[in-house]
Amino acid sequence: MKWVRNLLDNMKPNFQKGGKFPWLHSTFDAFETFAFVPKTTTTSGAHFRDALDMKRTMTMVILALMPALLFGTYNIGFQHFHSINPELSFFEGFWDNLWYGVIKILPIIVVSYVVGLSIEFGFAQWRKHDVNEGFLVTGMLIPMVMPPDVPLWQVALATAFAVVIGKEVFGGTGMNFLNPALLARAFLFFAFPSSMSGDNVWIAEKADAFSGATPLAEMMVGANLPSTSFWDMFLGIMPGSIGETSSIAILLGAAFLLITGIGSWRITLSVFIGGALMGLTFNLFGSNPYTQIPFYYHYVMGGFMFGAVFMATDPVTAAQTNRGKWIYGILIGAMAVLIRVVNPAYPEGMMLAILLLNVFAPLIDYYVVDANIRKRVKRWKIKGGQNV
Amino acid sequence: MAGFNFKLIKNPLSKENPITVQVLGICSALAVTAKLQPAVVMAISVTVVVAFSNLIISYLRNTIPPRIRIIVQLVIVSLLVILVDQVLKAFVYDVSKQLSVFVGLIITNCIVMGRLEAFAMSNKPFDSFLDGIGNGLGYAVILITLGVVRELFGSGSLWGYQIIPDSFYEMGYQNNSLMIMPPMALILVGIIIWVHRARNKDLCEK
Repeated sequence: MKWVRNLLDNMKPNFQKGGKFPWLHSTFDAFETFAFVPKTTTTSGAHFRDALDMKRTMTMVILALMPALLFGTYNIGFQHFHSINPELSFFEGFWDNLWYGVIKILPIIVVSYVVGLSIEFGFAQWRKHDVNEGFLVTGMLIPMVMPPDVPLWQVALATAFAVVIGKEVFGGTGMNFLNPALLARAFLFFAFPSSMSGDNVWIAEKADAFSGATPLAEMMVGANLPSTSFWDMFLGIMPGSIGETSSIAILLGAAFLLITGIGSWRITLSVFIGGALMGLTFNLFGSNPYTQIPFYYHYVMGGFMFGAVFMATDPVTAAQTNRGKWIYGILIGAMAVLIRVVNPAYPEGMMLAILLLNVFAPLIDYYVVDANIRKRVKRWKIKGGQNV
Repeated sequence: MAGFNFKLIKNPLSKENPITVQVLGICSALAVTAKLQPAVVMAISVTVVVAFSNLIISYLRNTIPPRIRIIVQLVIVSLLVILVDQVLKAFVYDVSKQLSVFVGLIITNCIVMGRLEAFAMSNKPFDSFLDGIGNGLGYAVILITLGVVRELFGSGSLWGYQIIPDSFYEMGYQNNSLMIMPPMALILVGIIIWVHRARNKDLCEK
């Protein structure tokens, strides 16, 4: 690591006042603080030091995403060859599958990062403030919520839209009220429905004869149970968005996030509870096959698990108070299942449910805080208005 | 006749734009701009209605009892709107069909009532007429901008003629169907307001 430090130290004078490129200093700072924790401390006011600054937090999330990303990469390849030869078993042609997946996913990741980061750096230079690190995670989440065959220019457009309209107009990382990665997906979903929905987009270069319907789509048209078994869906051997298919890989990431304390366990848990509650309600009152499936099927189909672990827990757009997090999570889970089962236009409800609750999160927080204040005023009055 | 006050026409185009600064008439701007042609027709209709209702109300302004002025204004505005509606039905029936209820809703367009209350009730007829033309044009600028962007990217055409060549579509280009939906029009209006205020710092609220 020593040579990185030396390299940075040699370059540093160029970017400081009086150097060759003083206007690029925030770009330089971004790379320097990415490699090394800054030594400077705040000089006034109350502050505390934590080894886990924002850049390190983001890196942790990226690490947590890795199992799902690797599985997704392999699954792209497997689904492709499986659609050509339905007899193929999961580990047959391992390296072919993996290589095919890498070829498919790398361009999407590159496009997402290049477009997003250039906009972020451009805005930081223009506004003369530091480069925000928020895009590090967003840039990885965007490819993972895309179908494998998505055209690259659409990824670029969606990323630009999400970063500019979703984030920069509100003041950058930490100010956005919608999850940027989901916003990118929602943009594509409404702008180019033919590349984001239907039975033909979830398997890369699918053979025409193969059906290619996701379990969600099968349930939508009235199947009793998805043709993929529960355990296959749990493992992730099914067509779908790149990162969303494998519940087990996502749960590995979830365990990492929850143990390190970066993701909020309250949100993740309450999303699952909300989904279960709504699923059980449908079991009681429902009349068609979709309403009768066991609630845990909802967890493993589509993007429920991915959304619960990586999207709903986004600390910026989620509710901030602890009680608010419970309400927020339960409503997301319930809303996602509700949209899936009841609305015939949207097979997957997770994206819309999270975006909706993102909008409501500040309101939830407001009422949680308000209720707490009223409770304490009441207690104070009962005790005779004395300070106790 | 008073002098030709050019400011009355120029100001509403930018610094006092009815849509981006006064934030009036947003609903119709979102509803009719999916294609360029209806947007232009709507812009002309609103301009005519605002200009002439301003003129008439300004002539009547000293005789209208203040307590019933809104009713009087509405009567005159609806008269003009019905005229415009009949003309549209007679000469551009297709567009009139597309605009459907929104021609009738010019009566409730906030720009019309806003200008009557804010300007025509207290200014001379010719000035009021110019103010109506100016505000109508300010509305038209935004509507036509939205119409061009939304039709070009949403349908690949302008005024019904295909602009984006077939070779683009063969290369994988697709029309952006979000552009045709009203939410995108709202986002576009937001972007216009953003750019406009970034260039005119004195418009920013504290």
